[in-house]
Amino acid sequence: MAEAKDKKKRNEFLYFAFRNNKLKVGISIVLFFLVLAAVGALFTKHDPEAFVGPLSDPPSSEFWFGTTVFGQDVFAQFVAGVRATFIVGALGGGLATLIGMLVGFVAGYRGGMVDESLNVLTNIVLVIPTFALLLIISAYFEVRGLILESVFIGLTSWPWAARAIRSQTLSLRSREFVDLARMSGMKPLRIIFTEIAPNMMSYLVMAFILQFGGAILIAATLDFIGLGPTTGFSLGIMMQYAVLWGALPLGTWWWFVPPGAAIAAIVGALYFMNVGLDELFNPKLRET
Amino acid sequence: MSLRVEDLTVYYQTLRGDVRALESTTFSIADGEIMGLAGESGCGKTTLANGLILLVPPMRHVGGRVLLDDRELPIADVEAMNRFRFKEISVIPQYAMNAMNPTRKVGRMAAELLRSRRIDPKRTLPELEKRLDLVELNRSVLKMYPIEMSGGMKQRMVMVLSTLMDPSLLLADEITSALDVSTQKAVAKMLVDFRDREIVKSIIVITHDMSILYQIADSILIMYAGQLAEKGPTETIIHSPRHPYTKLLITSLPKVGVKHDATRLTGIPGKPPLLLDPPEGCRFRERCPAAFERCRDVPPFVEIEPGHFVACWRETESNA
Amino acid sequence: MLRLENASKIYRVGTFGGKQLRAVSDVSFTVKDGEVVSLIGESGSGKSTIGKMILRLIGITGGKITFDDRDIATLRGGALKAYYRNVQGVFQDPFSSYNPIFKADRVFEIVRDHFFPGVEDREWDEKVRRSLESVGLNPRHVLDKYPHQLSGGQLQRFLIARALLLDIRFLVADEIISMLDASTRIDVLNLLADLKERGLAVLFITHDLSLGYYISEDAAILYRGCVVEFGRTEKIYDHPAHPYTRMLMASVPRLDQKWEDVEIELRAKQEDLSTGCVYYERCCDPHRSERCRERRPRLVEIEPGHSVACDRYSTDG
Repeated sequence: MAEAKDKKKRNEFLYFAFRNNKLKVGISIVLFFLVLAAVGALFTKHDPEAFVGPLSDPPSSEFWFGTTVFGQDVFAQFVAGVRATFIVGALGGGLATLIGMLVGFVAGYRGGMVDESLNVLTNIVLVIPTFALLLIISAYFEVRGLILESVFIGLTSWPWAARAIRSQTLSLRSREFVDLARMSGMKPLRIIFTEIAPNMMSYLVMAFILQFGGAILIAATLDFIGLGPTTGFSLGIMMQYAVLWGALPLGTWWWFVPPGAAIAAIVGALYFMNVGLDELFNPKLRET
Repeated sequence: MSLRVEDLTVYYQTLRGDVRALESTTFSIADGEIMGLAGESGCGKTTLANGLILLVPPMRHVGGRVLLDDRELPIADVEAMNRFRFKEISVIPQYAMNAMNPTRKVGRMAAELLRSRRIDPKRTLPELEKRLDLVELNRSVLKMYPIEMSGGMKQRMVMVLSTLMDPSLLLADEITSALDVSTQKAVAKMLVDFRDREIVKSIIVITHDMSILYQIADSILIMYAGQLAEKGPTETIIHSPRHPYTKLLITSLPKVGVKHDATRLTGIPGKPPLLLDPPEGCRFRERCPAAFERCRDVPPFVEIEPGHFVACWRETESNA
Repeated sequence: MLRLENASKIYRVGTFGGKQLRAVSDVSFTVKDGEVVSLIGESGSGKSTIGKMILRLIGITGGKITFDDRDIATLRGGALKAYYRNVQGVFQDPFSSYNPIFKADRVFEIVRDHFFPGVEDREWDEKVRRSLESVGLNPRHVLDKYPHQLSGGQLQRFLIARALLLDIRFLVADEIISMLDASTRIDVLNLLADLKERGLAVLFITHDLSLGYYISEDAAILYRGCVVEFGRTEKIYDHPAHPYTRMLMASVPRLDQKWEDVEIELRAKQEDLSTGCVYYERCCDPHRSERCRERRPRLVEIEPGHSVACDRYSTDG
């Protein structure tokens, strides 16, 4: 009887999952770009950096997204760019979520002085002018890669997640089942990971998705102003080159519109997904 | 005022079917009567209260009617009920004191409430102030935020607001449960005071706490699983109940002066039925020590003595 | 067995912790084996705080709590675990006491992991079955279920069964039946009384006087963190001495008696309560004087088994 009810609960969950339009649309778009990033290279005939075609050529059957002012294949760059974007999102967003979890759980669970000092730390990191810091770093590291950018983003954007996770932890900690676990001799770390975190799973998933999207946006901005990686391609770098090399006055829209549209689509889809997930996890918001 | 509820049936619509929360209830309340509506959780008392004043989905009006002063109330029509709500029939909902907007001063909230009912706050201010004096709230409370007020103060404020238009019938849903013992007493006595001063004509006090009802109610209506079990004067219900459920309920309540070593009280074994697919006939059948075959039909709510109604075949058969 | 000696809990509140909130002040009482003591008080009286201090969930700021003459504040690691084998608690909200994403049985599993690691499956299942039956639950009805599939009464009894698995000697029951329906309440209460007969000591925390009367030998009346009256339950209920206790008795709605007309001033002011009687503001007793404001009255025995903290009964001139 209990089994049947469990199954019913899962089915109910999936039923609402499939009915939720925001979730469906969001996931589809993200998946599309993910697949593109993974296997798109199979469809490109040319190396993104190679000078292979006529200069500033509009889209054609040979070059689906046309060519740059140097005669590079825009589509090949685009595919490489989407891949880089996902890497930054995953690494940077992932790192931020991880640090946020660490700080948030400890501050929320321990309270007292530990909480106070972690809050001070969070506030300091929040207030650091990341732009100025970046300028210093870019002066220091003349050659920068994707990993460095991801790490930088991860190390500077965690305060939001930390705050959110801390408040959820605080509220869960006051529930009696935590007291019962303590009275069974459970160690605090184990309580956090086995009692509190699983209760916040939906929250953590959504936090990660938001950090993912946020990381992509930050990376795109940094790339666009030239503070991104010095080698390789990303959507932001494409847009930077496009603008630097006069795509706007020249009207070579195929160079900067696809990357810009892709960023907007991916990040938008992620946020859309998040709203859908929120409705799914919180039955009171469901569309019925 | 007089209230007559005839055969009222209200179900809740859910994905899995209709929950038969209120089944064919018939009773009446006289002018000036404070009737206690008691029963355990899930018995239908809140459904009854909501059915009288705000019947919105997922609730569905399946049958029966309600007559206030011999006029039928359009309970199924939310729009039409607007005329009656707050003016003729008013409610103090459960947790009302926690529902006050924490970012608004109480006076402002009251003004907004009145305006939403198309009442001019300025013209009612003198009356509001008189009522505040009546419940012993300082007039400066209008300038306070809810967080500055104690539970008792908030509850009294809500009582004043709900009765500002002198409704004929007041529904008080669990208004004493979240309060301290001393505040409970004050609030309950205030309720009686409102009736004595004819600010309201009759009151239905919904609670699971029988002892409060003993203190202030004139009559008590006991409900079980969506059906009416017994109604009668307070003394009768508390000291000489006839319905098996009422009897078991009253005897399961600890009283000051009763010690476990001397008298072991007993509860009622089992659980109330799920109302998604309730049993036929009397819904207390499965847990009732006096059940027999007749109980497969729904027992009618019969007046066995003046003012004392019971829905039980055992009681009505022996009287017949 | 369990003794509180001048136990206090002071919280620091306000910006930079400037002000003090005395949740519990100078509380002393004892609970002996196989005895039920009721801790009766309204909200803000500190009764739950005392329960949590005894359960080592909150630290103690002053005084000490001893169990079998050992100061529980000094317990660490293995000794603390041994303490939990003797002392456990059950709380007010049955649905908050379970992690909603796991099955209810998990609370047993946790106990098994921490206290009975080497026990065989079969032996453990037998132990669980016996524990459930001793609290009046049918193992087949309650095992392998999620908390939302069980009723409040079943959940509370489940928690008592969990405590019994450890063979405890002392149970802190913090308002354990206030969220239950009337017909289930008495069953859980009777269960506590039965367990008492078998030697379990209980600290029964409640705001409901009739419940306290039903099962406890001794009762302590708490007001704003202090014990104002303590002693045998019948004596306190029969002739309450402290003005606050008298007010409580007069206000509680009874099923056999109507209220007497007592109007009480209901404004509680926030004040530093380090000196003077805590009930000073609300006290309408004619004996009230400046001395009550200056000196905190101590508990004085006015008859065997009945003590009161009120200047009216103080023995010095």
